[in-house]
Formats: sequence, structure tokens, C-alpha cells
Amino acid sequence: MASSISELNFEESNRKKRRKTGDEPRDPNTGPETRWRSETEQRIYSTKLFEALRQVRRNSSPPGKVSGGHQVREAADRVLAVSAKGRTRWSRAILTSRLGMRLGGGNKHKKAKVGKVTGSSRLKRPANKRHLPAVQMKARVLSRLVPGCRKVSFPNLLEEASDYIVALEMQVRAMTALTELLTGAPVDRLGSSPGSSL
Amino acid sequence: MSSRRSRSSQSGSSRNITDDQITDLVSKLQQLIPEIRNRRSDKVSASKVLQETCNYIRNLHREVDDLSDRLSDLLATTDADSAQAAIIRSLLM
Repeated sequence: MASSISELNFEESNRKKRRKTGDEPRDPNTGPETRWRSETEQRIYSTKLFEALRQVRRNSSPPGKVSGGHQVREAADRVLAVSAKGRTRWSRAILTSRLGMRLGGGNKHKKAKVGKVTGSSRLKRPANKRHLPAVQMKARVLSRLVPGCRKVSFPNLLEEASDYIVALEMQVRAMTALTELLTGAPVDRLGSSPGSSL
Repeated sequence: MSSRRSRSSQSGSSRNITDDQITDLVSKLQQLIPEIRNRRSDKVSASKVLQETCNYIRNLHREVDDLSDRLSDLLATTDADSAQAAIIRSLLM
């Protein structure tokens, strides 16, 4: 398949480029923002996503339209995490949580129940809520939005969040492009930026 | 190896996180968020940056969910071969 061959070439050239620059993603010129915004990365992601979605469609029964969107979302997140190549905490968390749900099955539910039980202890300390600065509260909300970052230090949380945002933007661009391809017509985005480039 | 990770680890190995580091990261985050970037004011509080970050991530999640629903409908009704041909054509161009 032509797509898989070109995909291998892209991956190999990306690996060679990274080793030449000393495997240092923190430089301002070759930072994570540049990586996620390159056309190459988007093409790789689009190809992998399409392949994953075809597999999803084959594995699931056709009348399951209710959970169809959810499956697509999970596949898209998984492919995004794979594209991150394990450099970031959120990508590792996405991949681990998928495995955990498939193998363990009930681990996530157990943790949620424990959370509800200890939630009553908040009533014993009402004063603490007022003493929390707004920044800390917002950092807590942010840590819940970025996968796998609940117990991460504040600077690491900011780093993960910035990488996650750029990756999500790429995901939206790629999925929009894919949708446009399949419908053959431009798609209205919820955001305000102009159309995507192929 | 720890010295290669990032410049923040120069002082991060002993867990002393400087305010400059945090300000640096906050400003980097600020540049990514279109709402704050377009206003062009340098003095945006960290609280505002975090708030807009959360809102922006939630918006992006919503867009991804919306696109996922559309894609799932499209894939259910589209012929796979013609779709693949269209994608390969666009990738080669």
C-alpha cells in the first residue's frame, strides 16, 4: 500500500532528524509546537487515523451508530498518543488507560467510587476552600482536562498542557481535512480560524 | 540524562521551582491561546491564562467530539475504496 510505505519513510526521516539534533525537543526552533504543526506530521496522523477508523468499522457492527462517535473519538485519541511517540505524559496516559480498560475492566470504576467516599471529608474543612488561591483552583481544573496530569507539578503541568493544546489543534485540523475529503465539501468549524490546508 | 531533558531541570533536580520558570511557561502557554494572543497585552495575569487555557481545551475537545460524530456517520455510509482512493490522491498531490 502506498500509504504505509510513505508513512515508513516519513517516520524514518523524522527519527534521523531527531538524532542529528541531539534528541532535544526543547529548542525554540524545533520545539513541540513546530513538530505538531508540520504538514508531514498531519499527513502521518491522517493516514494512521483513516486506517484505524477502517478497522473500527470492520470490528463493530453497523447498526451501532449511537456509540460510533465515541469509538471514533477513542481511535483518534489513541492515534494522536501514538504520534506523540511517548515523549509526553498525556500521551502515555492515554495509551495506558486504553490498555487498562481492556485488561482490568473495573479499575477505573473502583477509583471513582473511592473518590466519592472521601468526598464527604470536604465537609469537615470548609475553610480550606476559601484559602485556595484562584490560580491553584484553575490549575486543578486544568490537570483534570489534560489526561494523566493529576499529580504533576505545576511547571510540568504547564508544559504538558502546551504540548497537548498544539496536538489537539493538529487533531482537529486532520479530522476536519478527513471529513472534507469524505464529503467533498468544506466543513464549518466551531472555531474562528480559516479553512485547513492539505 | 537529566541535564538534557530541559533547561528547567537545571534547578528542578532539587525541586526548587523558580518564579521565572513559571512565568516563562505561562507566557509560552499564553502565546498558544488565540484569545489572549490576539489581544496583544503583555500583562495578562496567570489566573486569566489558566482560565482561557481550560476553556480552549474544552472547546477543542468539543470540536473533536463533533468531528468524531460526523466521521462516524460518514464512514458508515461511504464506500471504503473510493474514500481511500480520494485520500491517496490528496496525499500524493
